[in-house]
Amino acid sequence: MRITLFVPCFIDSLYPNVAMSMVKIFEQLGHSVEFPENQTCCGQPPFNSGYWEEARSVASKQLEAFKNADCIVSGSGSCGAMFKVFYPELFHGHALEAEAKALSAKTWEFSEFLVNKLNVSDVGARFEGRATFHDGCHGLRELGTKEAPRTLLRAVKGLELVEMGEAESCCGFGGTFAVKYPQISTAMAEVKCTSICETKADYVISNDSSCLMQISGWLNRNVGSVKCMHLAEVLAAR
Amino acid sequence: MIATSNSSTSSNGDRTQILAKIREALREEAPLKHPAERSAGGEPTTAHFREWLPPVGSSAEERFALFARLSETLKTELHVCTDAAQAAAVIASIAEQCEWKTVALHHGELTDAVDRALPTSLNRVWVDNGYDKEVLEACDAGLSECELLVAQTGSVCVTGPSSGGRVLSVLPPHHLVVARRSQLVTDLTEAYASLATKYRETGYPSMISFITGPSRTGDIERILVLGAHGPKRLTVLLLP
Amino acid sequence: MQATDEAPPSSQFHSDADRSANDGPRRAAVYRALSNYKTARDRTGATFTDWKSARAAASTIKHEAVNNLDKYLEQFERNFTARGGKVFWANDSRQARDYILNLAKEKNVKAIVKSKAMTGEEIHLNEALVAEGFGVVESDLGEFIQQLKGEAPYHFVFPCMHLRRDEISDLFNRELGTAKTNSPEELTMIARKVLRRTYIEADMGISGGNFIVADAGMISITENEGNARLTVGVPRIHVALVGIEKVVPRLGDLALLLPMLATAGTGQHLTGYNSMYGGPRQPGENDGPEEFHVVLLDNHRTRLLADPEQRDALHCIRCGACLNVCPIFKNIGGHTYGTTYQGPIGSVITPHFRGLQDWKHLSGASSLCGACTETCPVGIDIHHHLLRNRRNAVTQKPTPLENLMWKAFSFLMRRPRLYSFATKVAPLAAKLHPLVQGTLADPVRVWTDTRDFPEPAAESFRTQFKRHQSTRASQTESTNTTR
Repeated sequence: MRITLFVPCFIDSLYPNVAMSMVKIFEQLGHSVEFPENQTCCGQPPFNSGYWEEARSVASKQLEAFKNADCIVSGSGSCGAMFKVFYPELFHGHALEAEAKALSAKTWEFSEFLVNKLNVSDVGARFEGRATFHDGCHGLRELGTKEAPRTLLRAVKGLELVEMGEAESCCGFGGTFAVKYPQISTAMAEVKCTSICETKADYVISNDSSCLMQISGWLNRNVGSVKCMHLAEVLAAR
Repeated sequence: MIATSNSSTSSNGDRTQILAKIREALREEAPLKHPAERSAGGEPTTAHFREWLPPVGSSAEERFALFARLSETLKTELHVCTDAAQAAAVIASIAEQCEWKTVALHHGELTDAVDRALPTSLNRVWVDNGYDKEVLEACDAGLSECELLVAQTGSVCVTGPSSGGRVLSVLPPHHLVVARRSQLVTDLTEAYASLATKYRETGYPSMISFITGPSRTGDIERILVLGAHGPKRLTVLLLP
Repeated sequence: MQATDEAPPSSQFHSDADRSANDGPRRAAVYRALSNYKTARDRTGATFTDWKSARAAASTIKHEAVNNLDKYLEQFERNFTARGGKVFWANDSRQARDYILNLAKEKNVKAIVKSKAMTGEEIHLNEALVAEGFGVVESDLGEFIQQLKGEAPYHFVFPCMHLRRDEISDLFNRELGTAKTNSPEELTMIARKVLRRTYIEADMGISGGNFIVADAGMISITENEGNARLTVGVPRIHVALVGIEKVVPRLGDLALLLPMLATAGTGQHLTGYNSMYGGPRQPGENDGPEEFHVVLLDNHRTRLLADPEQRDALHCIRCGACLNVCPIFKNIGGHTYGTTYQGPIGSVITPHFRGLQDWKHLSGASSLCGACTETCPVGIDIHHHLLRNRRNAVTQKPTPLENLMWKAFSFLMRRPRLYSFATKVAPLAAKLHPLVQGTLADPVRVWTDTRDFPEPAAESFRTQFKRHQSTRASQTESTNTTR
């Protein structure tokens, strides 16, 4: 299968290893991976800030970049949700509405794609340690992703998966919210990270790097011992 | 403050203006985001409620068992009695234990039967023809009949005509309900349907209340306390 | 604390949010109170055979009611007045307040007992009544405590959830002269004793209403304590102050809505008392108020009604579930909002009721996690409405600096080559970061004040992937050649 990667801007520059891990996993499963170089950002930051005009102009570039894709896979539930859920609303009543709906229909979140499109639950990974999983809100509530990442993680040899009490609670990132309301955002991170620490896990894993930036930002400053990893990085470990 | 004409108590306010605003606002249709299942005839959703709400069980025994279980959880004291005399005996023993002096009650087939068997030493305040609220407040208990009992929720449904008015069941600190087992209905849907049938000719009673357990509050640290303002105790005496 | 009208609501919000997010003990009290809620709610919710379908049906019922509001309000009025009830249509707070004040004066009212009504908070009814010399006592325990404390409700279902028992004990000791106690039961009994007299002495009762039932011409009131039943039943005059959106078409609809309200609101199967009233004392009846007035309150609800995109926000049954699951609410608390209706639903509706530009910050103060929408028993698209409020605020009046920033952002992101270049210089910029870190010139200071910021990777993904592709291509080529 020809898989087209959608690599959100912050993964591209801050967490390239996440996307490289996805490449490795898909290629090992025998698929070809492509990356349209004219992709940039999904447009979520201006969209969430109310600047839909600006968001649309960025988004229309992505519609163009992914026009020829068969299936688009994103390593971020949040940016995936932007394509899948918010593009149809953003372009509602606009000239590119049909294109936006078409893009939405072929977009997948990474773990959903593995489990429900490729029917893979064991990618042959080995990773030693005790880990807990954080459900990114957009993946969980906009896309309905809950079981797929856990299915994949349960198959990882050496990994012990423990649930935290606040698994479904928001980490407090929320895009520009994190800098517009840093105190609230940090208080939310504290609640999340306290729950993570209660599990005595060595790792916190998520399918969303934006959440992990927030969680690691708080953990590194205040705790230091728990490591953050993206699901793809764990699944690529051998 | 000066009364403006459109807030005078003899007017009905800005009725025309508000209705016009509503009609103007509704000119554009809003999408139905969560379309509910409807039966083939385009009937409203009411018919399906039962399929979605907590299950009640199909037999009368199951319904009674559920009512009894919920009563326990709700801290409603449920007594199954063989007849009115036994119900009166239960009341008499509570009365003795709690040193009651006065019970308020209304006339009815069941309350009258219980009254006949209650000790004469217990004073009665009959509320049927009105009452002094100070006197009613000072009563140790209120004894009433009810309209229905609801298995699904463990509720006692009282109405003005069935239960001695609007206040008897809530002002005295202990509410005693005497009911027949046949008054137990499955769920709220059946309760409302049964009220609709019974009061088709006369119109609904001016007060219908589903009482679910004794008065309660969780306002302080979400910790349950019984007897916030209404009765601290609710006793249901069930006759065959 | 009441939102002061002097300070702009947004700066008030910012400073209150910063302070309350740092108030560890208060946050802990709120979390503790809500953890009990969550346990109860999950347990009761699980007993439903099919919550999702029930929710769709509840949403459909409210959709039908709200989208035929004129018809159902008229039907209610017809049925309610036929039995001697009085209906008054109030355009705004002032009109509703004046009506109730005039009524109290005309009828020579001395004392008023009130059961919980958020509409009363909305129109500042108590202040108006007290200013005119009427004694008003809140009878709901939580409201009673808040009234004694001189504070607005913290949460529109759990008014004093933020207070610990020792604080309540101190308050009672100070205001009522009662002995201090650590027992919620004893504290409740103190309030009970005080309020018993109030019901008997009051000549007017004021309540809200959870549902306006069109076909039966009734007002339905949900409560746990029995205070509303006493408030409606004992005094000689009753006034129910209800928002026009509270309509349901049929009495039978309550068979679904009451259990859902209870489950979502408190985790009960059914709230302690669900009472429906069809008017004043009828001929031949032994009790009930001589007069029963229903004040139907618009107060800008028709403004929200006129927005079909967000009209479903009027489906709200005020269960409070969205507050209970909201991480923002839990961390900043109810008073920070400065609104009558706190939490996610309040952030959606307040800008419609009280002005978009003044209240848009509430829609901004959300991580858009969607826990509210997920939990809403009538399926309101709560967190998406926050996005729509943000959009509407910008369309109406963009903020100059933000406008410039997003224009620049969009300029960059529409140019893949420029963007690609930017990802190459990012690591260099990061190398210079320590020079400004922690200073006012630090561009990511709002982040790094409380959190670490990740180092940009030495090489972006696009650079790495390009190399990976060419390596793979040459490998494939060499494999082919060997063959």
